[in-house]
Amino acid sequence: MKTFDQQAAGRVIYELTAVIQKNRDYLSEIDGATGDGDHGVNMNKGFTKCREQLEGGGEGRSLSEAMDLLGDILLSEIGGSMGPLYGTFFMEMAENIGGKAQIGAEDFLGMLKAGLAGIRALVPTEIGDKTLLDVLVPSVAAFETALAVGKDFDAALDTLKVAAAESREATKDMVAKVGRASRLGERSRGFYDAGATSCALILASLADSVQALLR
Amino acid sequence: MQRIINNPDLVVEEMLKGYVKNHRDIVAPTDNPRVVKYVGAPVPGKVGVVTGGGSGHKPAFIGYVGRNMCDAAAIGEIFSSPTAKAFCDAFAAADAGKGVACLYGNYAGDNMNVKLAVKMAQKQGIEVKTVVANDDAASAPKDQAEKRRGGAGEIFVWKVGGAKAAQGGSLDEVVAVAQKAVDNTRSVGIGLTPCTIPAVGKPNFQIEDGKMELGIGHHGEPGVSVTDLRTADEIAELMLDIILPDLPFESGNDVAVLVSGLGATPVMECYVVFNRAFDILEEKGIHVYRSYVGNYFTSLEMMGVTITVMRLDAELKALLDEEADSMGLKQFRPRQ
Repeated sequence: MKTFDQQAAGRVIYELTAVIQKNRDYLSEIDGATGDGDHGVNMNKGFTKCREQLEGGGEGRSLSEAMDLLGDILLSEIGGSMGPLYGTFFMEMAENIGGKAQIGAEDFLGMLKAGLAGIRALVPTEIGDKTLLDVLVPSVAAFETALAVGKDFDAALDTLKVAAAESREATKDMVAKVGRASRLGERSRGFYDAGATSCALILASLADSVQALLR
Repeated sequence: MQRIINNPDLVVEEMLKGYVKNHRDIVAPTDNPRVVKYVGAPVPGKVGVVTGGGSGHKPAFIGYVGRNMCDAAAIGEIFSSPTAKAFCDAFAAADAGKGVACLYGNYAGDNMNVKLAVKMAQKQGIEVKTVVANDDAASAPKDQAEKRRGGAGEIFVWKVGGAKAAQGGSLDEVVAVAQKAVDNTRSVGIGLTPCTIPAVGKPNFQIEDGKMELGIGHHGEPGVSVTDLRTADEIAELMLDIILPDLPFESGNDVAVLVSGLGATPVMECYVVFNRAFDILEEKGIHVYRSYVGNYFTSLEMMGVTITVMRLDAELKALLDEEADSMGLKQFRPRQ
């Protein structure tokens, strides 16, 4: 049964902040096709501030502490919809694993589910509305199914990454029902959703970093 | 883009600094640069009244912070909700121990951030109750009222909520009267040109020359129809054709009317629209008790107007008549 020491895993979030920084322009470009074009800039603002506060690459911080820091920054610095959505996501995940020393596959699943539940309590958005939930929900479900059929933590994280990429791809064919892109109606079809894209990046980065800790 | 700005990313910061300098007799800055409060807030013994929203709607939202109006406002980026922290800090700035009424408009981001802020405030021992304005009658069918956006009707909600708090109303009483204002108010907008967020640099939607969009939202949300541009009188008729049957407003009602420009409309043209709207209402036996015409709730440099009508009872009339001293709404004389 593979686990990782969450008390020494602050690096997972440090590595995530680099992924968002690297994709700043890409996220804004995707957002610009159907929305305000500010998604990458807003995300980068919050994640960069978190990166600056994670001295030494997140060493000496637990994963829970690092996620709590990120969530707090997103809630206090980034308004709009993404601040509260991702802020809640990371705060709820931080709280969920706060008392644990080692994180196994089931703990990681529980953490993701807590983050998802936090978002779902906040918004009435449905699956298929072309939002980040269209990546988060199927990705968490795929991870759970992988564990149920007997895959180990590392292999289930591979499944999670594949599901995140595929479900993000699937948002391209959806028609936006909420957010500014909903103005375009049918014309929003054919474009990726910016929130779904950042969500896929976040899940892939978390999975990569945890796999590195497991190996 | 023809705009008078410095760094497009700092428009909100620089606007706020200028605003506080100019209106220092009414508002004061707080420790949170995205929260502005009434100079007298928290007013001892009074229920706090708070609002907030994205920038780009001047005078909304901070323009309605003042005496007998809102005690504090949370300020977001242009067309983007303030943070949960900003709403929470606004609650703290307004709270005199009697609780806080948060009166704001129905937008996804604002709903989320207010919800989180109310929880944060609870942990600090501040009781907050919320009223969400959904007066934009063109934004969703009547049976899906929970999906309707907030519009310029929010100004009436702040006016009566602020007056009730000033007259010593309890938190429950302030919230009840604000909800009554929402329930009796309907708005509709019309757009002739799009607007541009400075940091984006280009309009995020288009309206063809010679066309108009009926039912457009405060951020360019889609309306109910795009048609050839009509005359001001016809526009007033089309807009009231949506508003009046929705409540419905009926002969014998007393109402308050607000006609607001969307930023680029000459105020002169707002009066042209109001002129016809007033006559239509009177012809239908709907009496205009009080009215407001000007730039009350704008959308950057969008060309267009909104019309808002609120049905009045004795309580709403009395609260509407209360004095108010904010940048966006000043009222000192009794109604003639």
